[in-house]
Amino acid sequence: MSTTKAIDASPDAGDLRRAGPGPARAHRPPGRTWRQALRRDWQLYSLAILPLLFFVVFRYLPMLGNVIAFRKFRPGGGVLGEEWVGLRYVRMFLGDPSFWHVFTNTVVLGALTLLFCFPMPIVLALLLNELRGRRVKRFVQSVSYLPHFLSMVVVAGLVMELLSVDGPVNQVLRALGDDPIAFLQEAGWFRTIYVSSEMWQTVGWGTIIYLAALTTVDDQLYEAARIDGASRWRQIWHVALPGIRPTAVTLLILNIGTFMAVGFEKVLLLYNPLTYPTADVISTYLYRMGIISNSFSYAAAIGLFEALIGLGLVLSANLISRRTVGTSLW
Amino acid sequence: MVTVDRTRGRQVFRVVNAVVLTGVVLVTLYPFVNIVARSLSDEFAIRAGKVNLVPVGFTFRTYEFVASDPTFWTNYRNTVVYTVVATAIAMLMTTCYAYVLSKRHLKGRTFLIGVAVFTMFFSGGLIPNYVLISSLGMKDTIWAIVLPNAISVFNLLVMKAFFEGIPAELEEAAAIDGMSTYGILLRIVLPLSKAVIATMVLFYAVSFWNSWFPAFLYMTQSDLFPVTVYLRNLIAGATTGTSVGADATDMTVATNIKAVTMVLTVLPILTIYPFVQRYFVKGVMLGAVKG
Repeated sequence: MSTTKAIDASPDAGDLRRAGPGPARAHRPPGRTWRQALRRDWQLYSLAILPLLFFVVFRYLPMLGNVIAFRKFRPGGGVLGEEWVGLRYVRMFLGDPSFWHVFTNTVVLGALTLLFCFPMPIVLALLLNELRGRRVKRFVQSVSYLPHFLSMVVVAGLVMELLSVDGPVNQVLRALGDDPIAFLQEAGWFRTIYVSSEMWQTVGWGTIIYLAALTTVDDQLYEAARIDGASRWRQIWHVALPGIRPTAVTLLILNIGTFMAVGFEKVLLLYNPLTYPTADVISTYLYRMGIISNSFSYAAAIGLFEALIGLGLVLSANLISRRTVGTSLW
Repeated sequence: MVTVDRTRGRQVFRVVNAVVLTGVVLVTLYPFVNIVARSLSDEFAIRAGKVNLVPVGFTFRTYEFVASDPTFWTNYRNTVVYTVVATAIAMLMTTCYAYVLSKRHLKGRTFLIGVAVFTMFFSGGLIPNYVLISSLGMKDTIWAIVLPNAISVFNLLVMKAFFEGIPAELEEAAAIDGMSTYGILLRIVLPLSKAVIATMVLFYAVSFWNSWFPAFLYMTQSDLFPVTVYLRNLIAGATTGTSVGADATDMTVATNIKAVTMVLTVLPILTIYPFVQRYFVKGVMLGAVKG
């Protein structure tokens, strides 16, 4: 029993045994047919069963579940709806002014986030990289990573407390002789609040990857630049920045791909009917339509649209970057 | 002359850098300090807008008040239970799959990787997920929280990258000695992977500890809420088990309570953070080298 197992587990031995005398089969690379592969690696495959089941049930079934976007769904009725209605719900949201309103909000919020939150980690990483003292550097890093580990609920809570009428921001305003502002009740402030809290939470953590990329930059390049009389700024510009360009492009692609999925949780926690004009985004709109108002099909149609745009964005960003800078995700 | 200029330039640079980084540190830490000060302050001082960096009218009363709420403790315990169970399941699933994916000779490996990676870029969306969980009868059960996020593809790829780095000779030798694949994974590979396992456990545990939306979506009974949902209901102004009334005094007590609940929610993370931070960084580095 155990000898068979040993032969089976070792790829070469198993293959030799099964290859037999025929010269044609002897030249086959190991594991050519599914039968051979299964016989040799069945234990490995068995380890994949549960995870595959997970992906099928919790990831791929919901993708198929999007058919309810094309069917009339009645809560309490069939899981996948009652009857086919074709593109009725798609036409419905395309003709819905509220949809276009939240669409615009999503694009604006996504663009602002990308504009402010994407470059900041690069800047911070370059500055950190210039720090000489190791202890100081580690301290700054530790502190700047910290917000990444907070629950979104806590972040929202901190934002609310900081901006509350008795909070520090209004204390400053009052000290300057201004009237306190109810920041979270004013639509005009929402984007600023959203983007700056996003920066607070993500900038430090974002530096890790860039710092790793910076350690791979050849020291001789810095030395050559120094000998040529380049200042610190010029060294950063001509040596460090090109060194992290591939990393930056990859991250940019990933960020563009998630551009439409602007922080749903944070918006949901921070917005209120007063700030809907600037705060309401596609994901929160479909949450209210679907979960609160039970228009499952309508909300699913919007969700599918959003997911397809996301996929399209990643694919095109990837294509563009492969054509232009030669870096791509796959 | 040239040297002098260069040193001066360097000094200016150093000063600018130090100022900017000090600013970053202060801005990052300030909200924490402020919230701790609020949690320890007298309610009238808070309402008067006097509390900033240090507690005014130092008191533990708010902590006592929150600690006397049985719902808070039930929810806190729920968070611990959900985190432990979810992390255990996630580790089991992720380790198994990552190990399978790390075997380069495996037929169908590309397909198996593709199954996972595709879900990073396309997902079913909120509504189909909600319908699925509801029709599986998982609403108001722990499964709605611990199962749907059992594998994070990012963590999976980090672990796969780590396993790929383990010398194949070790496993081959064990196989020749007659050890099964399961035996090799348990007795050869896992003992060599303590660092990455620690990192993954932390990644998962923190994300489950912080998670609130699945519970918010799928739990309807307040005794099933994790503490994050308890906190969410506080900051959203909803009334909880202990009567948070509508009159002015109680409103201010609610502000204190928010601060205290926030402090207590992040406390475990802040406590372990200094000791485990390097593991997180290591994990991201592994992922970055791979990606």
